Amino acid sequence: MIATRVIDALKAIVGAENVATDRQELLCYGYDATQMEFLPDAVVHPGTPEEIAAILKLANAERFPVFPRGAGSGFTGGALPKGGGVVLVTTRLNRILRIDSENLVAEVEPGVVTEQFQLAVERLGLFYPPDPASLKFSTLGGNVAENAGGPRAVKYGVTRDFVMGLEVVLPTGEIIRTGGETYKGVVGYDLTRLLVGSEGTLGVITKIIFKLLPLPEAKKTMLTIFDSIDGAARAVSTIIGNKIIPTTLEFMDHATLQCVDRRFNLGLPATARAVLLIEVDGDPELIEKQAARIHEAVKPLGLVEFKVAKDAAEAEQLWKVRRLVSPSLRDVNPTKYNEDIVVPRSRVPDVIRKIDAIATRYGIPIVNFGHAGDGNIHVNVMIDREIAGMEEKAHGAIEEIFRAALELGGTMSGEHGVGLAKQPYIPLELSPVQIATMQAVKRALDPNNILNPGKMFPA
Amino acid sequence: MDPLKRVENELKKCVKCGACRAHCPAFAALQREPAVARGKVAVAQHILKGDIALDDQTYEVMSKCLLCGSCVEKCPNEVPTDEIVITAREALARKRGLTTFHRAVARVIKNRKMMSFGALAATILGPLLFRKVPQTSGLRLRFPLPFVGNRRHIPQIARTPFMDRHPEVIQGEPGKPRVVYFVGCMTNFVYTGVGEATLALFRHLGCTVIIPKEQQCCGLPGMSGGDLETVRTLAEKNLAALEKYDADYVMTACATCGGALHKFYPALIGKRHPELAERIGKIAAKTVDAAQLLQKLGLHPAETGAGEALKITYHDPCHLRTRAITRQPRELLAGAPGVELVEMEGADKCCGLGGTFNVYHYDTSLAINEGKSVAIEKSGAEAVVTGCPGCMMQLSDGLKQRGNRTRVMHTLEVLARSLR
Repeated sequence: MIATRVIDALKAIVGAENVATDRQELLCYGYDATQMEFLPDAVVHPGTPEEIAAILKLANAERFPVFPRGAGSGFTGGALPKGGGVVLVTTRLNRILRIDSENLVAEVEPGVVTEQFQLAVERLGLFYPPDPASLKFSTLGGNVAENAGGPRAVKYGVTRDFVMGLEVVLPTGEIIRTGGETYKGVVGYDLTRLLVGSEGTLGVITKIIFKLLPLPEAKKTMLTIFDSIDGAARAVSTIIGNKIIPTTLEFMDHATLQCVDRRFNLGLPATARAVLLIEVDGDPELIEKQAARIHEAVKPLGLVEFKVAKDAAEAEQLWKVRRLVSPSLRDVNPTKYNEDIVVPRSRVPDVIRKIDAIATRYGIPIVNFGHAGDGNIHVNVMIDREIAGMEEKAHGAIEEIFRAALELGGTMSGEHGVGLAKQPYIPLELSPVQIATMQAVKRALDPNNILNPGKMFPA
Repeated sequence: MDPLKRVENELKKCVKCGACRAHCPAFAALQREPAVARGKVAVAQHILKGDIALDDQTYEVMSKCLLCGSCVEKCPNEVPTDEIVITAREALARKRGLTTFHRAVARVIKNRKMMSFGALAATILGPLLFRKVPQTSGLRLRFPLPFVGNRRHIPQIARTPFMDRHPEVIQGEPGKPRVVYFVGCMTNFVYTGVGEATLALFRHLGCTVIIPKEQQCCGLPGMSGGDLETVRTLAEKNLAALEKYDADYVMTACATCGGALHKFYPALIGKRHPELAERIGKIAAKTVDAAQLLQKLGLHPAETGAGEALKITYHDPCHLRTRAITRQPRELLAGAPGVELVEMEGADKCCGLGGTFNVYHYDTSLAINEGKSVAIEKSGAEAVVTGCPGCMMQLSDGLKQRGNRTRVMHTLEVLARSLR
């Protein structure tokens, strides 16, 4: 429990209207998309970096934990106040400070919603590619802290690849800037890279300088249906082998297609075993040629159907299959563990086969879809908590899935991060020395273990 | 039975993904998690668990919902948050009693005799109207309402209600559809012109129009306060009134009333009172929006809607949008000679009225509405057109607060321009 004098001090910093202690409100800042829940002692909504600095100084003096939070849409519990403490919400810092068309950079505050930023730069003919599925509601601060990815990563990279500089409040309350707005810059350690993906354990991000690109003139969307998972997988390597890097290469396996079809009756061909949703962007003539070359390249690979969207409305129709995946999954089982392993893209069929075997062995439905272009597969372990023992079994299956990804040269998580959900599995991927090195950094920056404690590393 | 038990399974569907944050108008204005669907679901889950009380704070959380259904439409797991919030309000009302306002609402909407100018003005429209009622008026003494605001601009109340001007059955041509018209309070007492336009259009098509005298308020003002007993009483009376005539359609030109008959009666009353479910289902199946039906019956706006050049923009009422009635009114309007239809930004966004939301959260309601007013201004339209008299009142208020003189019209008023 936090002392009344601390609550009063917080109110003095941010104003009473920006401190919540009602149980109802605390509850509303104690969850995220993992469905875990922890009750904080207070929620604060600071409006400036200076207020955040003052909160962290107070936290060090009074020794209470602080949990930074954006939209609370994370999949690993990164923003959850486990053990109690103060949730620090950054969504009041929500201005786009500038968009510089000449230097192709923009500076924003962390509470800006990803899609709002994308629309703002696109109005100026510019482009911010990272597109996590949550982009309509997730914040850029959260995207940076988790190093969010998305379907377009196969061509453009992830959030990390667009962050040039940051303003950060350190766990001890000092405000620093890292990086800058020049493409080149080699003075000192690259703290920007260290902070991107640090999951709110090393600092509270208060400003972000993003790199921008010119907005591609056009894009073309194709839906390709294959009679085998191998055909789809070979299509991925064949397309890239043909020196075409699509913007997106989204993949859905047989179990996923069955789910969607059962629920929404899309009338997919009976022989459909895997679907690739492919998008290319750029010069209109070039992408026309690329679409034709892609069609030629995938024809011999057990192609059942090849659809090209003629316009935006048709493209939206093709995307429908992919967008309907999440709502259909509940029909399999009410609860999903949404893992996001990555393997080198050529190993996608191998890992799918291994996952299918794990599903059979554990008797738990597992549905796979995701970003085949960069080997990032969303593995959905579907369980029913009401069935005794199923949750425990799922944990076993998940560990085996992680091991399979690692054996194939991959990683446990491509997008979602570690937070609380993957914490127990960290030693599978990182050696004791790696973990100790990271913890040394954490201790150096946060000697009192104030900021987002109890996350990422095993207790 | 704890009312929330009814939605226990629905509550389990929410995975707290946060998608509702992108679509909730109340959240957009307030920017706090308890205002968004996910937060209300969490609070409701904990009421059921027993570690959150039905207290003032819970009341406050549940009050911040417009019941617009935007989150329900966009929710990947199809969580019916509107139904959950109404149910939570029902639980709150049972535990704490109705608020003064909702007690007054119940008294009026349940009592046909009280549905007169004075009573309506003092209750449902009271908070909105009181600026026109002198401080010394007895109405104020009879209803000492704590929340009375005096800032809202409200439209004139009709001296003679719409239904008092017309017989119960207006015979049409033989062989043409028989249409029962569910008028609704706003049309009957305030926007009587909407009623006249509706009548003119269906008569033009040769339909027999029946306006059952026994019809009551749809009950939505009560529903929004969690007073489902009042809604049930009204639903029963309305069922009897509407069933009496063997009509082909039950038609309404009020999105809110349509939403009640088509969606909320089955979802809330049918589930609670299985003995009524079949009758409710039959009426719901026959319920159509006026614009939807006019198009189906082959109305040619070229014959009925001709008039001076008029640039309009269309606002989607939530209770039409959530029933997928967005295309029909636009197509009809665009076909009316002289009418130029331009789209505004965010035409599908809630106007902020939200049943009785605006009574308790007038400032938030106006804040939500402001974006709408700005979009209307930007569109350059001379008139904003919509299919719900509730939206009409809110849109007028918002525009007038900004000193904007854009006209506010009902779809059918535009379509009936040359029938006057």
